[in-house]
Formats: sequence, C-alpha cells, structure tokens
Amino acid sequence: MRQAPLLILGAGPAGLAAASEARAQGIEVLLLDENPAPGGQVHRAVGGFYRPEAGAPGADQAREGLRLIQAAAASGAECRFGATLWAVQEDGVVSWSEGGRAHQVQASVLLLCPGATERALPIPGWTLPGVMGVGAAQILLKTAGLLPEGRVWLAGQGPLLWLYAAQLLDKGVRPAGILDLSPPGMNWRAAWHLPMALRAPGYLAQGLGWMWRIRRAGIPVIRAREVAALGEGRLSAIAVDGRTFPADWLLLHDGVVPNTQVTRALPGCAHIWDQAQASFRPVLDAWGNTSLEGLLVAGDGGGIGGARAAALSGRIAALEAARWLGFLTADQRDAMAGPLLHRRAAELAPRGLLDAIFPPLPMARVADATVVCRCEEITAGRVRAAVALGVQGPNQVKAFLRAGMGACQGRVCGPAVHALMAEARGVDPGALEPLRTRFPTKPVTVGELAGLAGGE
Amino acid sequence: MFRRSGPSDCEITWNGATIPARQGESLAAALLAAGVTHFRDTAVSGSPRGPFCMMGACFDCLVEVGGVANLQACLVPVTPGLEARMQIGARAAGN
Ligand code: FES
Repeated sequence: MRQAPLLILGAGPAGLAAASEARAQGIEVLLLDENPAPGGQVHRAVGGFYRPEAGAPGADQAREGLRLIQAAAASGAECRFGATLWAVQEDGVVSWSEGGRAHQVQASVLLLCPGATERALPIPGWTLPGVMGVGAAQILLKTAGLLPEGRVWLAGQGPLLWLYAAQLLDKGVRPAGILDLSPPGMNWRAAWHLPMALRAPGYLAQGLGWMWRIRRAGIPVIRAREVAALGEGRLSAIAVDGRTFPADWLLLHDGVVPNTQVTRALPGCAHIWDQAQASFRPVLDAWGNTSLEGLLVAGDGGGIGGARAAALSGRIAALEAARWLGFLTADQRDAMAGPLLHRRAAELAPRGLLDAIFPPLPMARVADATVVCRCEEITAGRVRAAVALGVQGPNQVKAFLRAGMGACQGRVCGPAVHALMAEARGVDPGALEPLRTRFPTKPVTVGELAGLAGGE
Repeated sequence: MFRRSGPSDCEITWNGATIPARQGESLAAALLAAGVTHFRDTAVSGSPRGPFCMMGACFDCLVEVGGVANLQACLVPVTPGLEARMQIGARAAGN
C-alpha cells in the first residue's frame, strides 16, 4: 500500500496553509478534498470564477484566499480534488473515492481540516424547494456567479447573513428583507467581551459596515420571533409572526458548527461540549493534537475561529507534524510556532464577543410539527415524545425514530436534535453523548470497493 | 430563479430537455440557473426537495446522472452533454 508521511484532509484555509508549511519543512504531503477546486467554503472558487473587485464586501478575504491557494499550488504538495474520504482506520489507513474508484494510503500523520457546516435552523416548511442556507446561496455566487431573483428573504442570525446581504446589494440585488431572529437583549450581555474583541477591531468594523450598508439601502430589517415557509411544491410565501409576505427565496442562517463527522467516528477521539459555541468539538492541545496519536485537527473543524485563525492553526499543526515525523526538534518547532501562536491568539480575541452577539437560536421555539431531521422527516414533536418515553440522547433516538440515520448521517439534524433533546430533558447539552458517526462517512459503491480488493 | 452574472458555455439535459450550463460549475448550480428547484422526491413521504446546503452535507440535491442514482448534484461538476434526471423516491445510498 502506498505510504503518505502527512495526509491532509480538506483544502480550506487550514489545509492549504498546512500543506505549504509542511512542504517548507521538507515533508511529502498528500492533500485530499471532495470539492473540484481548492479554497474550502470561505475561499470557494477564488482565483477561478470568484474575483470580487477591490472594496467589494468579502474582497479582502478573497485576496487572502488567493494567496493561500497559490502558495499551496506552488509548494509541491500533491493535491487531489473530487476526492471524498470515507474511512480512517486506527492503523492510519485512509480510504477515499475519486473518479469512481476507491483508493487507500497508509498515513503516518493525519491532519484533518474538515471545516464547518451551517447550523440547521428548523422552521415550518424549510424542506420546500426555494428554502436554502445563506451559505448555500453564497456558494452559488462564488462558484457560478448566480444571483437570486425575485423576492429574496434572509432569516436567522450571524455574520455570514449580513455579509451575503451586503454582497447581494453590491451586485445590484435588493433583498426583500432581513428577518433578524436573534433574541432581544442579547447585545448588552455581549458588551462584556468588548475589551477583548477590540484587540482585533477589524472584524467589528467590517461587520458594522455590512449592517450599515444594508440599512442605508433601505432594506427592511424586521426583528421577528417566528418564520415559516409556505407553498405547494415550492416556496411561495413566508409567514413572519403571523404576517404573510410573498417570497421566491428564503435563505436561512444560524451560524456554523464544526464538522466532526470523521473525528466522532474514530473510537477514542475525545470531544467536548463548547458552551459558548453551543457545539461539540474534538479535544485539542495548542498544536492541534487530538487524543489519538498521530491525528491532528486544524481550522473550524476543531472549533469555530474563522478563516485567518484556521490558516494559522494549519501552519501550527504542520510544524507539529514535522516534529512527529522527525523533521524538526521540539525546540525548533517552538521557535517557529511562537509568532504563529501569538497571531492566532489575537485572531481569536473577538470570538467571545461574536459568540455572545450571535448565539444559536433556542430550540424551545421549534414547534412540535416542524421537521428537524430532513432525511427521515422526523418532527420536533416526535423527538420530544421520545424523550418523554425515556429516550436519553441522540444515539438512542436514532434507533428509536431513525433521526440522524438518513443519507446525511446527522450532518444537518445532529446539532438540532441534540439541542432539542437536552432542552426537553432539562439538562446541559454537554451531558448528552453526541451522535456517534460510522465509517463510511460518505456513501461508497460496491464497485468502488471491489476495485480496492483488486489491489490499489 | 437564480440569474447568471457570467456566460454559459455548454449544454446539458434535465429530464431530456436541453438547458444551458457552464463547464466546471456544479450540476446543482446549472439547474438552479435554468429555473429548476425541484430535484427529487423523498422516499419517506414523496415530498419535493431541492438543494439546501450546496456543500455536500444535506443530500437533498440527489439526482440521477448518466443512469447512476443518488448523486449529489452540488458535487457533480458540469461536463458538456451531461444527462441528468429527477430522482423519484429512491433511497439514498448508504441507507
Ligand atoms: S445541496 Fe446539500 S448535499 Fe447537495
């Protein structure tokens, strides 16, 4: 079997920066990503289709992304795209599908940079075509230059919602309105984090800038409690606290959560509940080491920190990989990582404020009739009823109701079902065991597997 | 609809009808740009679905491409002449 000293999963900011840094230390690098091009979600299609003009919302970020992509391409790392990882064995054998074939390598050090996914915001009717994530709509803009037409509503909370709305305005699309679902009275509590956040004022200025742009353009910003998507076969209207508005698109956003689909499937890889971010994340040391030897995690997959912190974490983890592999002594690693650790701390300084301003929406608001598990079409009411019958946590409810057992394997419903159950039981979400995942984490065909048996 | 801010450069088919597309964009993007929002019907209740996450996580964009079912349209890159169809009720692989 082929050997890979360092295998990196994910070509977002963390993976790209890690690949460049590891190559600079002389390590042979294999980088896998299931997307057709590098960049991850934040830097999607940068340098390809997505080239925002200077001064456009998100342009600074795109420039940083382009630098990361170019550096990784020039580094000599072997980058494979359209490569979907589906299993990691305890002995370091990694399996993935690429071009309709299964492949395997034996990795000495494995660095996972799986990034984040949008947190589900279950509302009535959110399975109707015409309802999408704000992040999804932004991906369409970046990868294909697509702009939504008609009456476009954005609902939820979080920085991405405001950034995308600003990007739409910049492209001449006027959203019909923004439905701010964040609970009132949250902002003064956030003020506690302000002094820390001012260590990196760029983020605040940027975020306020987007919001100002939207208000100046006269886009209605409606503080709302409840939103429902209405329509037969396709979204045609929305109901906002009892008032109905015609709608062609409803874009939902409730922040992002670490993608822990692979780490949770690895026995012995410890995870903890992050109270501030209301999500599970793998337990990591400052270098990105997990509780399993030779397995590192960098970027948002280890806790939400944003693209810049992710790139720094990728470089830090690459230096640690270099130490593992004997390319650096611990002292050399420490010396090289010092400034990076410092910069990362500064990047993470505003996190407390952001987490406080944009807490995920409480599950108590999700009505019993609302579907939470889109794959198996399981409602919040059925999950609550299961709890009333004594079902303890997400792993039991999976067997009981099939929630989290569909094709997405809990990627979308997992955090919502978890929060719902904790609330119904009246316990801290950290007290419930997170949904266990299983390999293959993505579907793999029998044909692909048969190819493996034939020798790779 | 989603409107294109850039050019299309090839054609693909959806349920036998020709639609414009752009090489390398995702099949999901091409369909949305052509006004298609209904990609499949679910196996559980037969309810209509279209893409939701656009990043390979939700599996709501499943379609049939070249006779192969259960492909995530948001992860399938467009190639000229690609033939895609709506997926009706079939289970996703892995179930
Ligand atoms: S739209 Fe979610 S997997 Fe394709």
